[in-house]
Amino acid sequence: MPAFSPDAVRASAPPDLDRRIAAAERAAAATFPSAEEEVWRYSRIGELDLSAFIPGRAITTVDAPEGVHVVQGAELGDRADDADAVDLFHELNRAFMDAVVVSVPRGRAIEQPVVITHRLDAAGVAVFPRLIIDAAEDSEITVVEQFVSPDGLVALCVPRLEVDVAAAGRLKYLGVNMLGSSTWHLAHQQAFGARDSNTLLATVALGGDYARVRTEARVTGQGASTRQIALYYADAHQMHDFRTLQDHAAPKTHSDLLFKGAVQDHAKSVYTGLIKIRHDAKGSQAFQTNRNLTLSSGAWAESVPNLDIETNDVKCSHASTVGPIDEEQRFYLESRGIPPEIAERLVVLGFFDEVLEQLPVGPLAAQLRELVSAKLQRKSS
Amino acid sequence: MSTLQITDLRASVAGKQILHGVNLTISSGEVHVVMGPNGAGKSTLSAVVMGKPGYEVLGGSVTLDGVDMLALPAWQRAQAGLHLVMQYPSEVPGVSLDHVMEQALIARGRSTDGLDELLETEAARIGFAPELLHRALNVDLSGGEKKRNETLQLAVLQPRIAILDELDSGLDIDALRDCARRVEALTNDDGPQGQRLGALVITHYNRLLEALRADVIHILVKGRIVATGGPELADQLERDGYAAYAIADEPEAEAPGSLDDLFAI
Repeated sequence: MPAFSPDAVRASAPPDLDRRIAAAERAAAATFPSAEEEVWRYSRIGELDLSAFIPGRAITTVDAPEGVHVVQGAELGDRADDADAVDLFHELNRAFMDAVVVSVPRGRAIEQPVVITHRLDAAGVAVFPRLIIDAAEDSEITVVEQFVSPDGLVALCVPRLEVDVAAAGRLKYLGVNMLGSSTWHLAHQQAFGARDSNTLLATVALGGDYARVRTEARVTGQGASTRQIALYYADAHQMHDFRTLQDHAAPKTHSDLLFKGAVQDHAKSVYTGLIKIRHDAKGSQAFQTNRNLTLSSGAWAESVPNLDIETNDVKCSHASTVGPIDEEQRFYLESRGIPPEIAERLVVLGFFDEVLEQLPVGPLAAQLRELVSAKLQRKSS
Repeated sequence: MSTLQITDLRASVAGKQILHGVNLTISSGEVHVVMGPNGAGKSTLSAVVMGKPGYEVLGGSVTLDGVDMLALPAWQRAQAGLHLVMQYPSEVPGVSLDHVMEQALIARGRSTDGLDELLETEAARIGFAPELLHRALNVDLSGGEKKRNETLQLAVLQPRIAILDELDSGLDIDALRDCARRVEALTNDDGPQGQRLGALVITHYNRLLEALRADVIHILVKGRIVATGGPELADQLERDGYAAYAIADEPEAEAPGSLDDLFAI
């Protein structure tokens, strides 16, 4: 794939050139992933033909309130090389990334959200946004990252998110996939929470052709807490694929996960989640809930929860369900004279409300609720 | 004046026949009470008349003012004027009571002007906490709150004929009195549709009848009405129990879909 070669990196002469060339060399040597590998199980990775794309850039806008430090196109140095879950797409992102670094200083609490929007507008282009969020000690920040492309645009979006929340810091992140129905999305998120920190990683996935989010929250300091939530809703021939990790590496840490999805028409979704409690994470608590609605007989959803616990004295639970709308709920509403399509809309919106009401940005949540409602109406018609 | 007519209704659930020919006629302003032992088919009767999925009608008819209810799905039966107060109302997460009432009125082509005030008035009238109007249907509600909720919906939707399936089960004395009085008032006063409610009240116990005046008592045993009379019938039941109506076991008609039928083909 000459389009993604070290020479292609040299030709564009971006900041941090040597490290990018090294990453492109590793990418060139890496084997292409396959659904045979556990981490890509159930995925559509076999359908991806990288040679159909050339590296490009998204149009990225950053809207940041006062008090937040934003750097675009920075030299990241070692900072961008420390990921331990390295794969081909990680290397490609390292080689071709457009970086945005958002940081908030110690002790500062910023009320207004930082809003970052990536727009893809060229067919046949692969883009590699990298977002780094540094929340210093006892700081507070909310970041929204939106991915947008028009319907029918064949493109590939490979974003990476790196989050570092220092002691007693509070971070809320919301990623919104509003990509068009022909755009692929291969996202990877890693968050690290230090002592007594609080991290929320939220995802709303409505768009994309095949859209995968791998989201990993690791608590590394005692008393740290993470929460991962997601709303995903696929229709037509879309597929949403989630890989989640709640990784406890310190005592008395807490993690909670709530992922709720729906599929209709011929859409598919997969949720694969792991709770990992390392042996020095005594006194920790971890909870994981994944619920899926199958709204059409031709739609398919899979849920695979896993636990890996290396110590005693922990409290863990996981719950997962896949199935159609509850018949009793439907009959209850219909017995009030409500037609079936409206009863279904009420039940589905009610199902998603549990996630919507926890999203960090209220006005955006109301807008997303409208998009969910519009998607349901497409099914009814 | 509206009339619900149930004629020779026979029905089965999971291949087992439960109703063996039920006949009942309920008109506006009347309160008919169906009493019977466990397993008599009381809840099946209410489910079949309302059109709950999972029940099979084997024969007979149900009409409301001459319109064939059995040919309609549940939501159209409700729009035609039938209503079911459920024994175990479902929890519907994320769907609030006021929103459902709004949608139910819109679906009937009725105005929603003044709905908020109406909901608050009705809530106050039966002791339903007003903040629950905006909360998800039945989620985290006590047994008493659920039944007050059911009664409130009945009062807001103003159907022609309502089936009350064991409204009294699990109710404390205060909630029972509040709910029963509200139903009684609906059967006595002309509603906005210009007529009084007709009620088919399904119950095990007499205590509901202390606040809800029954016109006719029917006794349902093994899927058939075996006795019909005035309110004195309930007192007699209270005294003597159902022993007098324990009819001899008859060989039940084989339900369609049973293994025997399958092998007979």
